[in-house]
Parts: sequence; structure tokens; C-alpha cells
Amino acid sequence: MAQAAREKENYSAACRAFTKTRAGLDQPWLTALRERAAESFQGLSFPTTRDEEWKYTNVAPLLEKQFRQLFDLDLSGVQAKRLESVTFPEARESRLVFVNGIYAAELSNTSGLPDGVQVANLSQFASGSDQFPEAALGSLADHENDTFTALNTALIGDGAVVRIPRGRAIEQPIHLLFLTAATEQIVAYPRVLIVAEEGSMATVVESYASLQNESCFNNAVTEVIVNPGASLDHYRLQQESERAFHIGTTRVRQEQGSRYRSLAISLGAEISRHTLNVEHRAEQIETIIDGLYIVTGSQHVDNHTSIDHAHPHCQSSQLYKGILDGRARAVFNGKVFVREGALLTDARQLNKNLLLSGTATVDTKPQLEILADDVKCSHGATVGQLEEEEIFYLASRGISSERARALLTFGFAGELIERIGIRSVREGLDRTVLDKLHQSLEVE
Amino acid sequence: MSSSIEALANREYKYGFVTEIESETIPRGLNEDIVRLISAKKNEPEWLLEWRLKAFRHWQKMVEPEWANVNYPKIDYQDIIYYSAPKPKEKKKSLDEVDPELLDTFEKLGIPLHEQKMLANVAVDAIFDSVSVATTFKEKLAKEGVIFCSFSEAVHEYPELIKKYLGSVVPYTDNYFAALNSAVFSDGSFCFIPKGVRSPMELSSYFRINNSESGQFERTLIVAEEKSYVSYLEGCTAPKFDKNQLHAAVVELVALDDAEIKYSTVQNWYAGDEEGRGGIYNFVTKRGKCAGINSKISWTQVETGSAITWKYPSCILLGDNSIGEFYSVALTNHMQQADTGTKMIHVGKNTRSRIISKGISAGRSNNSYRGLVKINPKADNSRNYSQCDSLLIGTKCGANTFPYIEVANNTSRIEHEASTSKISEEQIFYFNQRGISTEDAVNMIINGFCKEVFRELPMEFAVEATRLLGLKLEGSVG
Repeated sequence: MAQAAREKENYSAACRAFTKTRAGLDQPWLTALRERAAESFQGLSFPTTRDEEWKYTNVAPLLEKQFRQLFDLDLSGVQAKRLESVTFPEARESRLVFVNGIYAAELSNTSGLPDGVQVANLSQFASGSDQFPEAALGSLADHENDTFTALNTALIGDGAVVRIPRGRAIEQPIHLLFLTAATEQIVAYPRVLIVAEEGSMATVVESYASLQNESCFNNAVTEVIVNPGASLDHYRLQQESERAFHIGTTRVRQEQGSRYRSLAISLGAEISRHTLNVEHRAEQIETIIDGLYIVTGSQHVDNHTSIDHAHPHCQSSQLYKGILDGRARAVFNGKVFVREGALLTDARQLNKNLLLSGTATVDTKPQLEILADDVKCSHGATVGQLEEEEIFYLASRGISSERARALLTFGFAGELIERIGIRSVREGLDRTVLDKLHQSLEVE
Repeated sequence: MSSSIEALANREYKYGFVTEIESETIPRGLNEDIVRLISAKKNEPEWLLEWRLKAFRHWQKMVEPEWANVNYPKIDYQDIIYYSAPKPKEKKKSLDEVDPELLDTFEKLGIPLHEQKMLANVAVDAIFDSVSVATTFKEKLAKEGVIFCSFSEAVHEYPELIKKYLGSVVPYTDNYFAALNSAVFSDGSFCFIPKGVRSPMELSSYFRINNSESGQFERTLIVAEEKSYVSYLEGCTAPKFDKNQLHAAVVELVALDDAEIKYSTVQNWYAGDEEGRGGIYNFVTKRGKCAGINSKISWTQVETGSAITWKYPSCILLGDNSIGEFYSVALTNHMQQADTGTKMIHVGKNTRSRIISKGISAGRSNNSYRGLVKINPKADNSRNYSQCDSLLIGTKCGANTFPYIEVANNTSRIEHEASTSKISEEQIFYFNQRGISTEDAVNMIINGFCKEVFRELPMEFAVEATRLLGLKLEGSVG
């Protein structure tokens, strides 16, 4: 207990120091939001495995470590070549880059975006005359009850704000890249706000990568508002170093007739957690949330999703797939709520896991809570290894069993990767996944 | 359609009568003296009293769990009578000496205790409030070496067996209600099948709560030795009272090498009225241990009663090649709440488990399936298949599924499926078109929905269960 109190005090002290340094720099509304969050952080404690939501993920190893938050931009760790490997040409002129949580104007470029599309860092809004984020920021992310969200909100420094104007379809994917590149153990609090106005359409790629192998901690919060008739594709790629810690929270609000599609890919980090909550505010909504996690060694990955069907005539589908090797551990918890009156809801959910080693573990909990009768809901979960018959099928065609295994495993992941609409992201992921699997499967 | 569906389910609970019988009760409340008093009433040996006291002291340190998806006002454990027994006449040798009032009661419930009148080949242990009043077919069973008697009798006659197995599957430290039961359990059934014996008949316990102020805390212990087989049935009813009553039982099963235990329950405790007044809180710990290789434990339950049901009949698959099965139909109507499911803990190699759960919710009830499938690192080649289907009747009820799947072995294979649906207009139309009334159609659809579970029940029970579902839903379909 004393230990927990000490850990919390470290972060509390950071909150106080931060408030002081930022005093006078920001609009009063942002300062007030920060203070409210800092206050609720005081009243909260870090989750333990006794909390149902964190039953299988122990954050103690993360809390034991001391991380430092940086305030000055330092690009010395960012080599052009490495940067190339984590960016993609389609978004060369529509990207924002943050290094160690700080906006890097030199690396960002939004010149390719059509007029009216707002893609900028939060500071520009926070000190300027356009106060549009004021109403939206913090409106979804629950800093009153969620400790990590409270901490992120209390320490909002900079972040990415995306607004797609009414009725516009943006062709270029918008890339928000959060890099860690430091020679010490640092912590960053990335914050993203995406608002798709009525009838608009866009694709946003939110990615997290590290350019060094130092342990670091990213506590990210993303808020997404999909207004009536809007359609948003949201890819979230987490490919940090295997010594990183990543706690991410995404909260989505969908309005009448909107469509939201998300694909969350987790490849990196020692402990990685992504909580994705989607809330339906009206009828005729479509939600597709997919996920892929590939973990090896002693990695731990945790995906918590929840979809709140509160209105009739909405659809949701979820497919989360995982490949595990070594002593890796994966957790999946998918909740589907169908509230009273949410008739004609169609909700499907599936979690499939492939265990490559005898020491990997999976804890999965697909969960349905249904309070309406005229609905179609189903969920499923499987855990197993590759089918011997499939390997035999390939072997009978002259493919060695190692290669057959690699092919089948790659195909297992491929089902999700091929759903990505951006060619070079898809190809890049194919390569990354192959690399990662090759280490596991020991083939050329 | 749904208005006529709803019109159908509101038939009176036919087991709701009270038997006027003189009973001996102890003061309400719970403390060490009460535990001692219960133990003294039953002439228990010192070691059992010690065990009860240990359990009681442990219970005092525990907190009532709150994680289940059920809501109820806090139970005042000091306002319960922990022991109530029909006033003893002399010690009974044969059924002729059993109080005729009691025999009448069981007759009304459809449990004939008179052996000569029995058509069904079932041995019954009847438990009235806190004590066992009669066990039938004892001699016939004894010939085969099968021991089937009340728990208190077993404590005196077979202390070694009780000492060896009591608490071996559900220790008194297991959970809040198991600890409470261990401290105050009054009676129950004990059943022992020796090596190589197939029990010549179905064994059965019938539980009846009669006193409005008492709780019922019974314990069942079944031990199946090597290569033996037993099929055990359990039935329960209670009178209608406006007060909620607590039923916290413990059932322990032990199956040694090649043994098989089949445990079936038709639970029809009083469920409370339409507004949710009264009814039984059924907080039960049931667990089986497949201790030997090739052993098998199969749970089948039809849960239709109780205001709140909170139970997870589980299997610990210790022995290699052992099998655990769980077949369940849980029906809730009006204000009933059920949070039920199973745990399958795979420890041995090549262990297999199968879970089939069918939940039906109607009225304003809430029905949850909660289950755990855990594959330990050494449980090579184990296999689990789970299927949880829910059927909703009406727009005010709820159906939830909370499956926990924990896998730490890559040679094992786990599949879980769940679906939720309602009876569609098309299905009803199809029946109507062929001249079958909506009510019959719904009954048939529901029976079809539950068929996989019903076919696991012994014949008499299957008939009873089918009828029970029909009665329960009467008026909720139309």
C-alpha cells in the first residue's frame, strides 16, 4: 500500500509542477480542464488485478519505474532514415509528428490537405482565437473515474486535433505519428481529438513508434466524434519497442447514420493496453472494430472493447485476432451492451487466438449484456494452434512444414491486414509481421 | 404477439402451500453458541464441531461478495433461524413411523415416500427444513454396498469416510456462502458407491423448506470409488412467503479412477410473486472433483425457481482423460434473477469438457451465464466446447453472457459460442399455418431450444422439466 501511495505521489507531484510551468500559456478553459482532472486523479488510485477491468493486467511493473516528462523538443534521436520507416508516402503532406509528446513542426506537413480541413496541434488552438476544441476536448474521455485518463488530462501539453468539415470527403489519409526517441526513460501523454462533421468522410492513422530501445511510457487518450452521416476509418498502430509501456484509451461517440471503422494493431511494448469504447447516440449507426495483436517473448497485450447499443437499428461487428509466442500473454475483453429499446440491433463479435508456443497464455472474455428481445447478437472465442490438416495439405504439395506453418500464421494475420485501405501501410505491416513471425517460426 | 406471450406465464406456484407441523426451532441469529447448539442437537462428535467453529470464525472475517450480476437488499444474517426440524417423535425405523403430515406433504409434492407405492425405481432422501425425514430403499442399496443416507446419520455411522472427504472439494475457506454453510449446515445426503458398483437405481434428494423464518443449509457429499457409477437427482420446492429466504447449500462430488457421477437438478424453489416479493435466495456452491484417471462428472440442471439463483456447478479435471460436462437450462420470469454457469478447470492431460447453457428470460427478469474455462499449463491436448444460447421473451428482460477463458497450453483447443435471439414471427407463423396454436408453438420452440439439455436428464425428470417450463411460461407467450 505504501508503495502504491509513493507511486501515485510521483505522478501527483508531476501534475503540480506541470500546472505551474504552463500557467499563463494556455486559454483558461484548458487550464481549468487540467485542474479538474488533476483533482480527480487525487481521488483515484491506480488499478490493481483486484479490479475486474484489470484482472489480467498488472500495471505494477510500470508504476515501479521512474519516468521523466520532457518539455523541450529534441530531434537529435530522429534520423531521417528511421523516420521513413514509420511514415508512409500517401500521407507525406498530411501528417503531424510528435516527438516525446512534443509537437515537431519540422517533421510535420499538412500542405497537401484541402482548405477547410483542420489538422493541427492543440497548442495552436489553445492560444489562438479558434476555440473549437473547448467543447469537445474531454467531453468523452472519462477523467472522473479512469485513473490513466485523469493523468493524461491533467498533463495535456500538446496533442493532435483533426476536424473534417461538413460534407467533405478527404482522400489523403491523415497521419498522426507519436514517436519516442530519447536516451532516458521518458513518459509522454499523447492526446488526440478527431471530429468528423456531418456527412464528411476521412481516414486517420494514429501511430505510435519508438526509435530507441529505452524503456518509455505512453499514456495516450483519443477522443473521436463521428457526426450524423459521417464516415471515419481509424487505424491505430502501436509498434513501440519491446521495452515500452503503452496505455491507450479511445472513446468514440457516433451520431445518427454514421459509420466508424477501427483497426487497432498492437505489435510492440512490454505491457500494452488499449481500451476502446464506442457509444451510440442515435439510430442507423454502423460500427466495425477490428484488432490484431502479435506478441512474443514476455510481451503482454490487453485489448478491452465495449460497444454501447442504446438505439434501435444499429449494427456492430468485431473481429480481434491474436498470435502469441514465447511466454507472451494476451487479454481480450469485449463487451457488447444492448440497452432496453435498442431493437433490431445486430451485433457480432469474434476473438481468435493462435498459440505458437506451449508457454503463451490467453485470457479472453467476450461479454454480452442484452436488455432487448428483438436483436441478433452473437459472440465467439477460440484458442488453439494451427490445424494439422492444413499443414498436411500444404506438405502434400511439397511445402516444408516450417514454411507451411509460417504461411498459415501469416494468413491468419493477413485477414485483418488486408482490410487496411492504404497500400503502403498494408505493405509495411506485412513486412513487419513477417519479420516478427520469422523470429518465431525460424524460417528464412 | 408478445402481449399474448405475456398473458400466458402467470400460473400459480403449485408447491406454495405450508404444512402445519409442529417444529422445533432454535433462536434466530448466528454466533458461536448457535453453532454449538446445532452441533449438540445433532449429537455430533467433537471433531465436527471443531470444523464448524473453524468455518464460522473464518466466515466472520469474510465479506459478502458483490460481483454477481444480481441485486438484492443486504441479508441480515442475525435474522435467520439456522435450524428448524419437524418435532421428533421417536427415532424412526420404517416409514410407517414418519409423521403422516410429512408423508402427506411429500405426497402432495409428488414424491411418494412409501416404497410399495413407488413405481419409479428411485431411492429418495427427503429433507424437510433442516433435517432428513426419510430415506427410501436403504436395504436394497445396502445389499450392493451403496451407502445412501442422511448426512447426520453418516457422521455417526461412517465417520472415517466423512472425515476423509468433507471439505475436500469445497473447503470451508472457499467462499462466503460455503463458509456459512460449513458452520451451520443442518443435514443433507451422503452417498458412497464402492469399487466396481453400478448403483442399481437412481438416487435422489428432495429438499423442502417449510418454515418461513428459517434458512436451509444442507450439504451433499457423493463419493464414487473406482469403476463405479451413480446417477443422482435433486429436487427442491418451498412454500410461498412474502419474506426472502436464504438457501446456501454445498454439494461435493468426488470421482475416483474410471468412476462416473451424473448429477441432475430440477430446482423449483418459490420464485417470489410478480412484483418480486418473497422467494428463495439460492446461493449454492456445487463442485465435483474428477480425481481419478478416466473419471467423469456430468452436471445437468434445470433452474426455474428462486428469486435469485447464484450457482456455478463446476468440475476440477485432475485425472488424466477425465471429462466434465455441464448442461443447463435456466428460466427466469417476472422479477427473477439468475447468475449461473460453470467452471471447468483442466489440470490433467487429455481432459475434455463440454458446456451447453440455455438461458430463457421473460417478464422483467435478468438471466446471466457466467463461466470459466481454465486450461493449466500441463493440461496437454485438452479440449473444451462451450455453447451459451439465450432466448428473450418480451422487451423488459435481460440476458447476459460473461465467459472467462484462460488458456496456458497451446496443444489444447477451446471454442466458445454464444448467441441471443427471440422467437421470430416467422417461426410462429409457420406453426400457426399448420394449425398449431401460438401457445403450443412457443412451448414446442422452447422445448426444442432446450432439447440438448433435456435429453441428458433421467426420463422422469425430463418429463417433469418439460412440463415445468410450460407452466412457468404460461401467459408470457401469445
